[in-house]
Amino acid sequence: MTPQEMVERALELSRNDGCVVLVDEGSTANLRFAGNTLTTNGVARSARLTVISIAGQGVGVVSRAAVRDEQLADVVAAADAAARDAQPAEDARPLVEAGPASPHWGEDVRPTDIGVFEGFAPALGEAFSAAEAGGRKLYGFAEHSLTSTFLGTSTGVRLRHDQPTGRLELNAKSGDLKRSAWTGVSTQDFTDVDVAALGNSLAQRLEWAKTRVDLPAGRYETLLPPSAVADLMIYMFWSSGARDALDGRSVFAKPGGGTRVGEQLATLPVSLSSDPGAAGIACAPFVTAHASGRESSVFDNGLPLGRTDWIKDGRLEALLQTRYSAELSGLPVTPGIDNLIMSGPAGGPSPSLEEMIASTRRGLLVTCLWYIREVDPQTLLLTGLTRDGVYLVEHGEVVGEVNNFRFNESPVDLLGRLTEVGASAQTLPREWNDYFQRTIMPPVRVPDFNMSTVSQAS
Amino acid sequence: MRQIDPDFLELPLRQLADAALQRARELGAQHADFRLERVRAETLSLYDTRLEGAMDADDLGYAVRVVKDGTWGFAAGIHLTPEAAAVVAEQAVRVAEVSAPINREPIELAAEPVHADAVWVSAYDVDPFEVPAADKVGLLAEWSAGLLKGADHVSARLLQVKEQKFYADTAGTVTTQQRVRVHPKLNAMKATESGFDDMSTIAPPVGRGYEYLTGTGWDWQGELARLPELLAEKLAAPSVEAGDYDLVIDPSNLWLTIHESIGHATELDRALGYEAAYAGTSFATFDQLGELVYGSPVMNVTGDRTVEHGLATVGFDDEGVQGQSFDIVKDGILVGYQLDRRMALMKGLGRSNGCAFADSPGHMPIQRMANVSLAAAPGGPSTEELIAGVERGIYIVGDKSWSIDMQRYNFQFTGQRAYKISHGKLDGQVRDFAYQATTTDFWQSMEAVGGPQTYVLGGAFNCGKGQPGQVAPVSHGCPAALFRGVRILNTVQEGGK
Repeated sequence: MTPQEMVERALELSRNDGCVVLVDEGSTANLRFAGNTLTTNGVARSARLTVISIAGQGVGVVSRAAVRDEQLADVVAAADAAARDAQPAEDARPLVEAGPASPHWGEDVRPTDIGVFEGFAPALGEAFSAAEAGGRKLYGFAEHSLTSTFLGTSTGVRLRHDQPTGRLELNAKSGDLKRSAWTGVSTQDFTDVDVAALGNSLAQRLEWAKTRVDLPAGRYETLLPPSAVADLMIYMFWSSGARDALDGRSVFAKPGGGTRVGEQLATLPVSLSSDPGAAGIACAPFVTAHASGRESSVFDNGLPLGRTDWIKDGRLEALLQTRYSAELSGLPVTPGIDNLIMSGPAGGPSPSLEEMIASTRRGLLVTCLWYIREVDPQTLLLTGLTRDGVYLVEHGEVVGEVNNFRFNESPVDLLGRLTEVGASAQTLPREWNDYFQRTIMPPVRVPDFNMSTVSQAS
Repeated sequence: MRQIDPDFLELPLRQLADAALQRARELGAQHADFRLERVRAETLSLYDTRLEGAMDADDLGYAVRVVKDGTWGFAAGIHLTPEAAAVVAEQAVRVAEVSAPINREPIELAAEPVHADAVWVSAYDVDPFEVPAADKVGLLAEWSAGLLKGADHVSARLLQVKEQKFYADTAGTVTTQQRVRVHPKLNAMKATESGFDDMSTIAPPVGRGYEYLTGTGWDWQGELARLPELLAEKLAAPSVEAGDYDLVIDPSNLWLTIHESIGHATELDRALGYEAAYAGTSFATFDQLGELVYGSPVMNVTGDRTVEHGLATVGFDDEGVQGQSFDIVKDGILVGYQLDRRMALMKGLGRSNGCAFADSPGHMPIQRMANVSLAAAPGGPSTEELIAGVERGIYIVGDKSWSIDMQRYNFQFTGQRAYKISHGKLDGQVRDFAYQATTTDFWQSMEAVGGPQTYVLGGAFNCGKGQPGQVAPVSHGCPAALFRGVRILNTVQEGGK
């Protein structure tokens, strides 16, 4: 049975008031390496059927992998029964009405396979040789995946989204493992990945690191590159649920009740938005919700998604909303979207990171942030570490590598302290790229980043 | 003792394995293993007594892993026919061939006795998937309603997992296993004029069945009854004064510090650099085995895959190695690592101690954590006796925020609640605390460990590692313990306020 046939058949089999069916077909291929050699690899296929049955205001969700044709009726019956037994769902709303079906709804799924690396793997092998000749070691991970999601509802919605995702993380270390540098790229199919060039840029950073400067903990003027900015903004994005704000349990809660929507968060007119159609980081243009939660509702499946401004000119414009939470808050329906774009002042200067380094009298240049965790939800204080290269910049030039630090900072507070925002570009978040890959971010300058303590890690 | 579910045994386990292993042999694989898994997970979430989300999901599929000409090849499939299994074996061999240009270390595996037709089931009484969802929601709603009397909002969540695995390899090992785990957790939140705070239950996740919610293994009524009062005290508590303190750490907090600063640091794949680009490496490098002073002489740590109700407890790992117990730190000295078959042979350590695990049929097994536990002192002190030995200190209960660097040196943890200790007695809660230290400094500052009466098996369902990312359940047992002179931060001051 094809995914499309499975959607139709499941909808036919449901005996309740309404039904939503999601079929996700996935394929992945990956290579992992360390110390200039392969460590693990693999290809995998997956297929998942999720049936969301609605009986009155009750919902039953049953999700099964690798469902065989003869099992389909049992899965639907289980979801129907669960819905009939369920308490009324507080987010219950009429299912989304049908618009035009996706034009490619009926096309076959074309999975990825290990062949996607046929050109890349030999190039990586050559990069290993070059690294070995230079006394360096390469570590990293290359993954390509393709997920096709088919959404059908009893109200006639028939939508499909094919999401290719490719990423390469490359980490170079000196032979004694004392110096480390990292870079990451997103790619559609690995044909555009220049491993040799990436390896060379890491080799240059390892050269920078040959001069070592030990600095104590403290507040430093700090340049955060796009990847580090992405990791901080993604955490803030994930913490921007309207319901938590309304319940007074997040940094976006207004003291005394309500949300902080409309409040000026940033001194500089920075903007944060999502756009399913953004070039290079396109994502699903409609809601897919396999289960209800604080920021998602199964009843919203199929809602169209468009460009959404979360912060505009420094002002908080929107929080993550379902139709249910939008009614509670009296704000527009703004569901989550799978990409994130940050930009500086429209029409203003947008220097490159190199230009920002050149205009720095004395400051730190971070490569990336790691192990970011929430310390205090009230302020969204986060802790984490720098890794794979913190460099001291003096009089516009990198003069050496500094020890790593543990930081304690809130991304919301940081927005109010930015003194410079550079040119935005597509970047791979270092910490969160397992869950969130599609970002366009700028480098930023923070005058007083809180490096709380020194980390001995290298 | 429970039996493996008949509907799992009815799957064509051996036919698929035979077809895959035979095809791998025909294509020249030196080693091949086949693993079929069904992992069922149900999540129930309530908010203010109302059902917020429910999901009953499973994952079913199988994997073939080969060593072909000294290179790994791995492929996973979902179609349960012998023909499809043979194709997946072909794909695994193809993956090995494409990967060969980047492999410079031939793969060889440590020997393991053949375990023919071995069966293992974890220790539990009531299969949570045999309890109607409405009953489970009803119990969580009842508990939530009780907490709501002293809170503004209450969230409740119940995670339940049943994991079934069939494994066969070309050496002749065939194992079939089933294990169950549950994690109920409730959180109460309350706001005041000065802000908000919350408190969660400290009951650990366990390798038990639904009986864990109905009186076996944890006093839920007792903990839930105390929580509103504890939260009220926390909201009224003064902000901690930053500085160095002696700490008495409850097992409900210390398990996570063990996990991050010992568990991960003694994974040999990390020490050898295989995780260097992602989770990181370890300060506990292999050349220091037998010499590194990890902690004080009262520090004794084991890795274990056999303890009853442990989340990492198995009969056999995902390379067919029998579950074992082994020393990691003895009298404060690093004496062992967690291993898989490849690393055990490569480093001349003999037999693997059985720490290979894959979290799904679609993922390749990697070295994952055993139940890494700190031993109690036979006849050792109670928590009250540990506190009595502190002039100026902090007693920390329950885990909350955690972060550690990529070599496992520098860490920072918070907790659910903390009490000031003055002159050997608890002196009320304090807020806004975090403790920050370097791993070996911290463990070398451990002056005493509590007795067996303070020992609790904590843990988590969601330890992350590897690329593609995998999650693993793991338990950590420990007693209460006393540490001297640890840095306490005030998190409000850290935020620049």
